Amino acid sequence: MAWTREDMAARAALELQDGFYVNLGIGIPTLVANYIPDGMSVTLQSENGMLGMGPFPFEGEADADLINAGKQTITELAQSSYFSSSDSFAMIRGGHINLSILGGMQVAENGDLANWMVPGKMVKGMGGAMDLVAGVRRVVVVMDHCEKTGAPKVLKRCNLPLTGAGVVDLLITDLGVFEIDRKVGGMRLTALATGVSLDEITAKTEAEFVVAL
Amino acid sequence: MVQKVHADAEAALAGLLFDGMTVMAGGFGLCGIPENLIAAMRLAGVRDLTVISNNCGIDGFGLGILLESGQIKKMISSYVGENKLFEKLYLSGELELEFNPQGTLAERIRAGGAGIPAFFTKTGVGTLVSEGKEIRNFDGDDYVMERGLVADLSIIKAWKGDTEGNLIYRKTARNFNPMMATAGKACVVEVEHLVESGQLDPDHIHTPGIYVDRIIAGARFEKRIERVTTRPRDTAPGKEAV
Repeated sequence: MAWTREDMAARAALELQDGFYVNLGIGIPTLVANYIPDGMSVTLQSENGMLGMGPFPFEGEADADLINAGKQTITELAQSSYFSSSDSFAMIRGGHINLSILGGMQVAENGDLANWMVPGKMVKGMGGAMDLVAGVRRVVVVMDHCEKTGAPKVLKRCNLPLTGAGVVDLLITDLGVFEIDRKVGGMRLTALATGVSLDEITAKTEAEFVVAL
Repeated sequence: MVQKVHADAEAALAGLLFDGMTVMAGGFGLCGIPENLIAAMRLAGVRDLTVISNNCGIDGFGLGILLESGQIKKMISSYVGENKLFEKLYLSGELELEFNPQGTLAERIRAGGAGIPAFFTKTGVGTLVSEGKEIRNFDGDDYVMERGLVADLSIIKAWKGDTEGNLIYRKTARNFNPMMATAGKACVVEVEHLVESGQLDPDHIHTPGIYVDRIIAGARFEKRIERVTTRPRDTAPGKEAV
């Protein structure tokens, strides 16, 4: 037993606060939009140049001029605004976005994140991920705890090229939740996923962590 | 009197193209790309291009058609994952590639157009991106120096434009276009709607005409969509993945 993708998205949604401006990455982070609590005002930023992302359009109403950073067609809301890529990253780099939720390949106990490149394989590029982790006030990573091979992804030090050094504040995996002190380093296990024991998560984690359940 | 309006894409690029040149092309994915001007560059056959663009189109459309014809020597981009031919050419060494973080790319272009030769950013510090670059500490944090970017030519897509070259973009098709319009030694624009000066509200202009050298009404806009995502009509709004 462990958390599903939906469970992980629901847990990540607990990081949202009323009035937040939030950037969601591709994959599980995108699902977080489905768990914004009723009555809470959260504005989603899309780094290709939009604040106030709406849901997918109805069939037949897709607009080629209106896409999100994953290149999916979307819609606008009453509060939406559009801007250039340089304005978009001024928001991101300038610390105006409250929360970034993104996927990961590896997270280390010092808050390092790797999520853009596997040497020797085709490299697609970092897109906006390096800017997001460098500039957004709080960075939450959502990812599977281990590789499909069983190899650990929560490490003492990342061995893949970094997206950012000392940038992750919170890590949510299918096995549990870790807080990371990105200034001085160090992980605290604050929650276990349903049906996951402390022994199991310890066995599957290379990083050192303090238990703070 | 200077005439910015040209008859078509071919005429608008005449005299501006040369082998080995650097070209900035607006757009994010296939959204807001100057598809008529890209097609004209393919026909012109100009080679050994260094192309600065966030992405490189897809197989068979957008900048992808300049890859097919072997006209691109080097790409400066933030993400190129949509393109099988790109992968093949890159892995075989036929194509050079420089990755920039998306925000760094946008700011390098903005800086280039604004006469700023370099700036410092926190993005990429401690990663491959900052290797070999100057690092400086400001107020306790490390920043990496990035250089401003300019090009021989920028090719731009806007929604509306007037005969003076004033431009208005539409929705997320704005993306890199406004900065790139400022950073090309020559700037050529294609618009969906070309109007007489005075027809656009001066308060609504996104790119002032000073940056624009030549403008055309695009002959044809396919405006292909990479990923059409929709929801059925009976879904409650606001409760689906965006």
